[in-house]
Amino acid sequence: MSLNHAELEAIYLTIALASITTVLLLILGTPLAWWLSRRRGTVPATIEAIVAMPLILPPTVLGFYLLLLFTPDTALGRLWQQLTGTQLAFSFSALVIGSVVYSLPFVVQPLQSAFQRIPAGLLQAAATLGASPLDQFRSIVLPLTRRSFVTAASLGFAHTVGEFGVVLMIGGNIPGETQVLSIALYDSVESLHFDEAHRLAAGLVIFSFLLLFLLYRSDRQIGWRVRA
Amino acid sequence: MSVLSLTLECQGDSGFALQVDCTVPTRGITAVYGPSGSGKSTLLDCIAGLRSPQPDSVIRLGGETWQAPGIAVPPWRRRIGYVFQDARLFPHLNVQQNLDYAITRRSSPGDIAFEQVVTWLELQELLARTPDTLSAGQKQRVAIGRALLSSPQLLLLDEPLANLDHAARQQCLRCLQRLSDELQLPMLYVSHDIEEVSQLADHLLLLDRGRVVEQGSLLDLCSRLDTRLSHEEQAAAILTASVAQHDAVFNLTQLEVDGHPLFVNHLPHDPGQVRRVRIPARDVSVCRQRPQDSSILNILPVTLSEIEDTDSARVLLRLSLGSQFLLARITRKSAVELKLQVGDPIYAQIKSAALLMEATDLA
Repeated sequence: MSLNHAELEAIYLTIALASITTVLLLILGTPLAWWLSRRRGTVPATIEAIVAMPLILPPTVLGFYLLLLFTPDTALGRLWQQLTGTQLAFSFSALVIGSVVYSLPFVVQPLQSAFQRIPAGLLQAAATLGASPLDQFRSIVLPLTRRSFVTAASLGFAHTVGEFGVVLMIGGNIPGETQVLSIALYDSVESLHFDEAHRLAAGLVIFSFLLLFLLYRSDRQIGWRVRA
Repeated sequence: MSVLSLTLECQGDSGFALQVDCTVPTRGITAVYGPSGSGKSTLLDCIAGLRSPQPDSVIRLGGETWQAPGIAVPPWRRRIGYVFQDARLFPHLNVQQNLDYAITRRSSPGDIAFEQVVTWLELQELLARTPDTLSAGQKQRVAIGRALLSSPQLLLLDEPLANLDHAARQQCLRCLQRLSDELQLPMLYVSHDIEEVSQLADHLLLLDRGRVVEQGSLLDLCSRLDTRLSHEEQAAAILTASVAQHDAVFNLTQLEVDGHPLFVNHLPHDPGQVRRVRIPARDVSVCRQRPQDSSILNILPVTLSEIEDTDSARVLLRLSLGSQFLLARITRKSAVELKLQVGDPIYAQIKSAALLMEATDLA
């Protein structure tokens, strides 16, 4: 069983998309989750609801609006065109932006609930010992929530690998640019190439299982359980 | 000597507003004493910067202004040490690392050496252990050490002994006593336990519903009749006594209070050491003549210096013994029948048992 060129390209594209998306999600999601974990009120609740929307919306809805946003008629689309000279819709960059939005709750929610479990008293103690807020985060919060970071990154990565609807709407099906695994699989089935479809589908099943298995089996000591 | 001056207003948690305008001597231990919910912890949080008081509040320590209109120095730039009731050790660090956390973040090297802190607080055995393996008393000693190693100008302690059992409490008290003897570090010690306060404090700040109701030297406040302290059921005078000699035959120790002998159960201290003795007002009675053939050992000649009616049935007496004072609570009937007048030379009888517990606790 060997993979053909198009399949290898789809695998490479999928891994690149999921990796870039995960890194961006951690960079954006960490401060957002921290902010949400320390605030109560209307504004945070609104943001929280928006972040959670992709959990319940059909991906096609999200994809549809993102597609409208990415066309050269909008401010964003125009700006992108001016800066890069290429169109945003149906590009790899569009997939990255779409994936970030789509997988955001899978990163923000585990981090937020981990941050909420950190007793405020510990941070107060750190402050009285001379630790600035950034220092408190680095020296207390990060080590105490390490496991949740691993969980958040894994979920963000796996969820991006598995997305279909959003990609189809905003990326289309351009080999080497936007044809990720799930799309290639769909393509194979459409053209009745069931052998190819089997290889891709089974590959995704095994990959997803292994990732989740490793995550759940991982050393519990990777994070410290904090009593509230 | 620098002074901590406070002009504070802050909304408390239990409905009242903390309103404090005072200066605290930055020498020795100042106890912040009062019933639960009187604003003691709120006061400490404001001083530490963990809670924001009203914008026109002012907090100054010596030449430094921590809080004033337009100024609010954040907690991590105030040189304070804070020992919380619940230790708050970092669970992912062992004891050594918890102590190092303070050392690496202090702004000046400070004059307290690591080895010194470890010795004073008896931490040597604990350094490699993680917080979840420590008892409450051990945790609290580590927390005190950690606060000291941040080289603070002021140490805040919020009921640090409240969760400890008797033995751990005694060990911690001993350590704190040692610290206040050895260091020039001023401490603000919140407590609602008068015995703890009597053992440790030099000064007293009495809070009630957010207001300072009494302030001054502990020994002075405890022996006055016009303070709220002397009207509490557990009112007691605090005297300083030196250890005179031990009586091995009867297992007693003789103390000396301004030249008068006072017997207590055997104490482990060497002769010459000066200790505090707490004598509850309800354990002191008076008589006109020196009683003969009494089972009470401690009968001291005193002068009646003040009488105050506490309620319709009882009066409180202030008795001078040399330069110090005793309190006695007796019935009004007795006071009338004995025709007690200010200036009368009388005898105070003190139940030895009353001294015993307090005195051994001073260990």
